[in-house]
Amino acid sequence: MKNLTALLLLLLLSFGVTASEDIELQEASIDLSNNASLQRGAKHFVTYCLGCHSIKHIRYLRIALDTDVDQKKMLKDIAPEGASIYDQLHSAMNKHDAEKWFGTQPPDLSLIARSRGADWLYSYLKSYYTDPKSPRGVNNLVFQDTAMPNPLWQLQGEQHAEHKKNIWGDEYTNLVLKEPGTLSAGEFDIFVNDLVNFLVYVGEPVQLERQRIGKYVIFYILMFLVVAYLLKKEYWKKIH
Amino acid sequence: MKPSRITECNEWILARFPLTKLWNEHMTHYYAPKNFNFWYFFGSLALLVLVNQILTGIFLTMNYKPDAKLAFDSVEYIMRDVNWGWLIRYMHSTGSSAFFIVVYLHMFRGLLYGSFKHPRELIWIFGMLLFVALMAEAFMGYLLPWGQMSYWGAQVIISLFSAIPVIGDDLSLWLRGDYVVSDATLNRFFAFHVIAVPLALVMLVFLHIVALHEVGSNNPDGIEIKDSKDPWGHPVDGIPFHPYYTVKDIVGVAVFMLFFATVIFYMPEMGGYFLEHANFIPADPMKTPEHIAPVWYFTPFYAILRAIPDKFAGVIGMGGAIVVLFLLPWLDRSPVKSIRYRGGIYKKALALFVISFLALGYLGTQPATPTATILARIFTAIYFGFFLLMPLYTRWEKTKPVPKRLTTVHSLEEQLPALIEEITVLKPAATEIGHTAFKGSSFTRQPNPEGIRNVITRLVKKAIGSLD
Repeated sequence: MKNLTALLLLLLLSFGVTASEDIELQEASIDLSNNASLQRGAKHFVTYCLGCHSIKHIRYLRIALDTDVDQKKMLKDIAPEGASIYDQLHSAMNKHDAEKWFGTQPPDLSLIARSRGADWLYSYLKSYYTDPKSPRGVNNLVFQDTAMPNPLWQLQGEQHAEHKKNIWGDEYTNLVLKEPGTLSAGEFDIFVNDLVNFLVYVGEPVQLERQRIGKYVIFYILMFLVVAYLLKKEYWKKIH
Repeated sequence: MKPSRITECNEWILARFPLTKLWNEHMTHYYAPKNFNFWYFFGSLALLVLVNQILTGIFLTMNYKPDAKLAFDSVEYIMRDVNWGWLIRYMHSTGSSAFFIVVYLHMFRGLLYGSFKHPRELIWIFGMLLFVALMAEAFMGYLLPWGQMSYWGAQVIISLFSAIPVIGDDLSLWLRGDYVVSDATLNRFFAFHVIAVPLALVMLVFLHIVALHEVGSNNPDGIEIKDSKDPWGHPVDGIPFHPYYTVKDIVGVAVFMLFFATVIFYMPEMGGYFLEHANFIPADPMKTPEHIAPVWYFTPFYAILRAIPDKFAGVIGMGGAIVVLFLLPWLDRSPVKSIRYRGGIYKKALALFVISFLALGYLGTQPATPTATILARIFTAIYFGFFLLMPLYTRWEKTKPVPKRLTTVHSLEEQLPALIEEITVLKPAATEIGHTAFKGSSFTRQPNPEGIRNVITRLVKKAIGSLD
């Protein structure tokens, strides 16, 4: 019996190892209550992403209300020229051109944080490296042969991939900064983190509200449980 | 004195409709065994979840668009722009998973206490039909958000029908209404999901309960309480369902809601199990996801399907895994119902079955690597072995004598004071100088290592002993 359990455990373990051979992701620090970060993220998004990617499921007004920005300030500082506060975040690029330029239409990013996860986005945006063999001259460690060029290269600088072997002989790739960008490494991390924070917010704008209400609901149900339990006890006193 | 208007109104109705009779028959004069335990909450909870699904579903249909071009966006519209839409939608999506959790536990109760055995075979059959209807309801509902997993999950499952010889291709074409899953499929699934299957579910629940109230509820001792009656013809060990079990079930409802609300408000995706990550990408018929996994409640059956190398045999295996459950009342030849009086073989077989069901459920969520496939085959064999060998091992095993009357098992809350007494020891409190004022509390309870050890050894011994 002991041998059998050991065998089963061994099988399960070896199975777990084969199942997880993905690249280790870097951790994004998500804080949806940090309005300053969300505002910066919105600004970054409009500046660097909106050219190609829409977020059609949110309006500037909703962002302004949720992140506590004055509507006028929203239009002046964050939204692109000529946008109305009731507009959704639509990209100006049309599908036909996009397919000609990139081979595919850049996806809408409304739910990208829910399908990919914050850590994936954070690592992805930081993992571009120069690759002369790729049609766009860059490749990505997290998403090999991605169709997206690196929109943040001026900020981050140019990274090169170094292939190395660890002490067990497994190959791994290291990204090394060859040419620094306009931001320092620390500043760039904060930049990407703000952007990802914003995308997480956009994925489900009601998150904070949901968590706030949840406390009251659970407190109410607890009270209800106490009353229900006492009622049951009272009724069942004479049942033996 | 002239009767009041309300009394008159009541009498007018009662003269024309047997409301009192129905209420008495099914509530105040329906005698249920008094020893229901934890496992008996899940029937009423399943009803609660059904009501939740119907009510939230009605509100969802008010804003949902069953159209391949609009469906995905309309769900996001509900999540963002409809007032409280997110709450309704999360209640519905969490409710579907909760439904399966509750129903699986409800069915497991049947396996524990032999609730499917004579004279309750028909209740079990109605229950199994409910389970099949529930799976159909969940499967079709899952297509409606029109995400990648919705689309490709439906594509995979419908294409299974094409494995049936001769009629297979035409059958799957007929089911889809198109050569691939498309707008036509979405529309018909919507029709089935919002009206056809729910109607069948409600009618089957009605039949399930009517059949139950005809023969009476089973209980953890697996004996018939109707066999010993008092002079007035009431079962001695029975208590009226209302008020005793209504107030008890409300406690169950409160505990359930506590879990339910925690999921809705703090983990609506449940780590990708209740709402799969890939389903936040709109359906794309041109892009097949790398890894297609059904929602967790289908994964045990999906794992059985993948474990069998031939596609048609796999389909038969998957169908057989459900058909075999229908046959349970006739596969079990044990003279006793409850696990309390069964022999050790059934207990071990049931434990193996639970392990294999959970393991298959896990394997169904994972990619089919060679190791995983071998494991899935072993667990599939155990799954079927539990049922198909049942006529043999339930006949061999030595059962224990069954009591005439219900036995009393002390509930945890009754055992608790004695337990606390045993695992702690009274010690005089270490009084500091100047703190002599607290004379009443000069003793404190401290953990007693020996007592704890005794309790644990007793529990382990009991657990091992109960296997025979």
